[in-house]
Amino acid sequence: MEVTRRDFLKIAGASTIVGILGGWSAVEVLAPGELEQQHLPKPGALTAKRWAMVVDMKKMDEATMKACIDACHRAHNVPDIDDPKSTVKWIWLEPFEHAFPYRHHEHVADSLREMRFLVFCNHCNNPPCVRVCPTQATWKREDGIVMMDEHRCIGCRYCMAACPYGSRNYNWTDPRPFIKKRNPDYPTRSGGVVEKCNFCVERLAEGLMPACVEASKGALIFGDLADPASEVKNILNSHYTIRRKLNLGTEPSVFYMV
Amino acid sequence: MADEPKKVVDALRETGFFKPKKLYDGGKVLIGIVVLFVIVGFPFLYNRGKAAKVPEPELNTPVIQSMPEAERRCVESRQYMRDNHMRLLDDWRDQVVRKDRREYAGFTKKRYSISLQNTCLECHSNYDAFCDRCHTYTGTEPYCWDCHLNKPQEWAAEKVEGEGQWR
Repeated sequence: MEVTRRDFLKIAGASTIVGILGGWSAVEVLAPGELEQQHLPKPGALTAKRWAMVVDMKKMDEATMKACIDACHRAHNVPDIDDPKSTVKWIWLEPFEHAFPYRHHEHVADSLREMRFLVFCNHCNNPPCVRVCPTQATWKREDGIVMMDEHRCIGCRYCMAACPYGSRNYNWTDPRPFIKKRNPDYPTRSGGVVEKCNFCVERLAEGLMPACVEASKGALIFGDLADPASEVKNILNSHYTIRRKLNLGTEPSVFYMV
Repeated sequence: MADEPKKVVDALRETGFFKPKKLYDGGKVLIGIVVLFVIVGFPFLYNRGKAAKVPEPELNTPVIQSMPEAERRCVESRQYMRDNHMRLLDDWRDQVVRKDRREYAGFTKKRYSISLQNTCLECHSNYDAFCDRCHTYTGTEPYCWDCHLNKPQEWAAEKVEGEGQWR
């Protein structure tokens, strides 16, 4: 087929225009922008299949427990509100009777009856709070931590009704004026949301143990329940441990050695 | 059918529909209309030619000043941050809270710890002159600061008043 000079010039001109447009769009698409954005896990973060805590009550005394509470509430800007109806706490003390109501009876040993236990969110394997949350503001992470997303919490308090351990508290007002031990590195909460212990996810991400574990002088042992070689698993194998309200089927990840 | 409209017009004319009518209390009504226009128009007339100046967020914080000129940049380009910082922060929030991905690499490939309170405010430590200035101008009230501390160090050093006062 013969191509006339005129036709050749037409085709060449049209090709140039198409080429410029194509090249321009390629520049637009491939320009530095959202395509390159990456979100990555922190190197050096502590990870597990299922995080669990053992509370060794034989090593615990009131001063140590107070230190644990103090460390946690300081680290997370937990307000200090006197009124028991409005109080907010992540970790606190309960007598045996309240911590283990189904184990309590009139002939329970005096030492147990008088003992106060360090209690906090059990990070249940089958968390009832997660089942009832209408916005998925609370959910179970893959490593077993029952996490709270205060951004998404609408303050309906279903989770508080569902939790059999009282681990969740509602902010009836702006908590900031009530925060006495202040940590500038961690946010506070606003009024109208529920909060609870988060097993220090922000510290695990930095490669640090939870604040209470650090303050406990070895009385709190934190580790991976799914790892047969972990310290937590070893303790559970070699000691008798109890969990809170086991008969409710929530499968807590917090174990007590008494 | 064709003279239907004409019939209607004729009927209306008979009722006196097209005759000029008297405006009862005409003077008062007219005064009322004028007063209304004055009230409605006053803010516009009063502020005529006095448009608020477009604010310029300040970037002269100690941390930013101490950076070498070549490295003085945000996690993304200036234009991108201007247009999309709210979307970026929204994305950061979901990535950290829901997916536990706490490091960010933008197109500079440099890695940043994802944190509004600790990373953004480390450089932009001038909340009033940086964040608030534009937000006030545009009438935006982001509720980030209900929980995240806009002046973390000042807040931590603040004296706590009262002892557990409640209600």
